[in-house]
Amino acid sequence: MIEFRDVTKQYPDGTVAVDKLNLTVEAGTITVFVGPSGCGKTTSLRMVNRMIEATSGTILIDGKDIRDSEPALLRRGMGYVIQQAGLFPHRTVLDNVATVPLLSGWDKRKARARAAELLETVGLPAEMGRRYPVQLSGGQQQRVGVARALAADPPILLMDEPFSAVDPVVREDLQNELLRLQGELDKTIVFVTHDIDEAVRIGEKVAVFRKGGVLAQYGTPADVLRYPADEFVAGFVGRDRGYRGLSFLESSGISVDRVETAKLGKPRAETVADWVLVLDSDGHPCGWLPPGTSVDGSLTREPLVAGGSLYTTGTSLRGALDAALSSPASRGVVVDEDGKYVGVITARQVLDLIEGHPQAVSKT
Amino acid sequence: MNWLSRNIDAVLELTGYHLVIALLPVLFGLVISIPLGWVANRWPVARAILVPVAGIMYTIPSLVLFLILPPLLGTRVLDEINVIIALTIYTVALLVRSVADALAAVPPHVIAAADAMGYRPVRRFFGVELPLAVPVLVAGLRVATVSNISLTSVAAILGVPQLGSLFTDGFAVENYDEIVVAIILIFLLAMVFDGLLLLAGRLLTPWARAGRAVGAAK
Ligand SMILES: Nc1ncnc2c1ncn2[C@@H]1O[C@H](COP(=O)(O)OP(=O)(O)OP(=O)(O)O)[C@@H](O)[C@H]1O
Ligand SMILES: [Mg+2]
Repeated sequence: MIEFRDVTKQYPDGTVAVDKLNLTVEAGTITVFVGPSGCGKTTSLRMVNRMIEATSGTILIDGKDIRDSEPALLRRGMGYVIQQAGLFPHRTVLDNVATVPLLSGWDKRKARARAAELLETVGLPAEMGRRYPVQLSGGQQQRVGVARALAADPPILLMDEPFSAVDPVVREDLQNELLRLQGELDKTIVFVTHDIDEAVRIGEKVAVFRKGGVLAQYGTPADVLRYPADEFVAGFVGRDRGYRGLSFLESSGISVDRVETAKLGKPRAETVADWVLVLDSDGHPCGWLPPGTSVDGSLTREPLVAGGSLYTTGTSLRGALDAALSSPASRGVVVDEDGKYVGVITARQVLDLIEGHPQAVSKT
Repeated sequence: MNWLSRNIDAVLELTGYHLVIALLPVLFGLVISIPLGWVANRWPVARAILVPVAGIMYTIPSLVLFLILPPLLGTRVLDEINVIIALTIYTVALLVRSVADALAAVPPHVIAAADAMGYRPVRRFFGVELPLAVPVLVAGLRVATVSNISLTSVAAILGVPQLGSLFTDGFAVENYDEIVVAIILIFLLAMVFDGLLLLAGRLLTPWARAGRAVGAAK
């Protein structure tokens, strides 16, 4: 547990970067600090490991004032990941990961064995351990950064925009990976980002900062989206916050319709009247056959119109609405966990479901 | 080249002296410029003083330095210590700026990461900052080494024995073989030590080569 008590940071030039911050980061949760550029997120984060000293106020970790610990030792007990990964260019990936264990006096063999284990944990092949950081992609470097932060198994992980420098697809991978890791490791994570989408995706709690280092709101992502504390928060979480809020509505009780389907490769000779969903031999959707298409002979992928996003049963209503809206046939394709076709759903059905939903805004 | 075979022992001995006089200052210069470079990188004021002063030191002609050092240090004119000190000064003058620049070039996020991992300052310097400065340092050392090997011969005018003595001697007795041998040997020594440093630099920084290969591929 990390407690900020009346923490203020004023830089020598007079800038107040953090103003009387009071906030408790619960143990074993991911708490996201989010806010526009310059609102004091990095400063708040770096005060936790004393890379920046607070001007006034107290920070407690499990009830203990951080000023009672020597900075170097305090930091070895907290993993830290930054945006550019900050890997040491002159050390191999393996030795980068082994940094904190080596600093803490482990012997080389043990530290490297631990590092190799962590590369696997973050999904990198063992051979990559012999490379130098320049020989990795940005996303891979970021994974190494996470592995390095985890090496000494610290209870706390501080992450400063760790995924903002990679492209959206890789970012989503890394976010999922972090959530999976957190499921196993149960760390206390403080995660800084300026991206509200990222904040509500990975945060169990979200702290929204405003300029001048003032905490504007602190709550669950669903609360922040649904009940923004003021105009600033409402503006920051954005115009489509209602839509984002759907992320927290589970779609229990969704009923799906059926639509005419056809199998890829099966012979067919006709002109289709309505949209026909085409499945491969395993039942995975491949695309839609538009009305008016004449098929003569076996069905190939060639006449198909690409489908919209797929909606997996049991996930949030945001996905269901998106599937319906992005489908060329105005019907979202619903699949099961293995990606097999289950049925279709219209936007109307999703909306009815949303309207009929009890005030279920708390994230489960 | 009969002259050489007759005088091989003397030539080898002079070569030995020459190397000691030329290379010890490289070592001393390195040891002195690392802390000075660190200071210059740490405090802007120090840099504003150290870097220009180093530049001026380097422009003092070697002969002048060889001659003014004895009265300053209270040494005898003939002492090779004067030459070693003079060349150390040149080496420091060359390296201080390199060290300061190399340290300044270490990316701030790498330093921040080192701090965040729990490095204490001294270990961070030797474990992270200095290794990253090695490519620039080696470049500076190569220049200093070649320049020292050639400057050492000037000390012959003071009568300090080394390969340069073959020039003065050769001119005095009009033995041009002697002069040619000296020129070739000095040239070879410069080439060999330059090459050795280049090689040592490569061996010390496999990561820099990996970086160049990636850069070339892009
Ligand atoms: N060393 C410093 N000296 C003076 N002012 C500083 C210093 N570091 C940061 N600031 C100022 O403090 C404020 C908060 O900075 P901080 O880096 O914590 O913001 P941030 O929320 O992390 O921003 P970003 O999203 O751009 O990273 C800013 O106004 C910044 O200009
Ligand atoms: Mg920041």
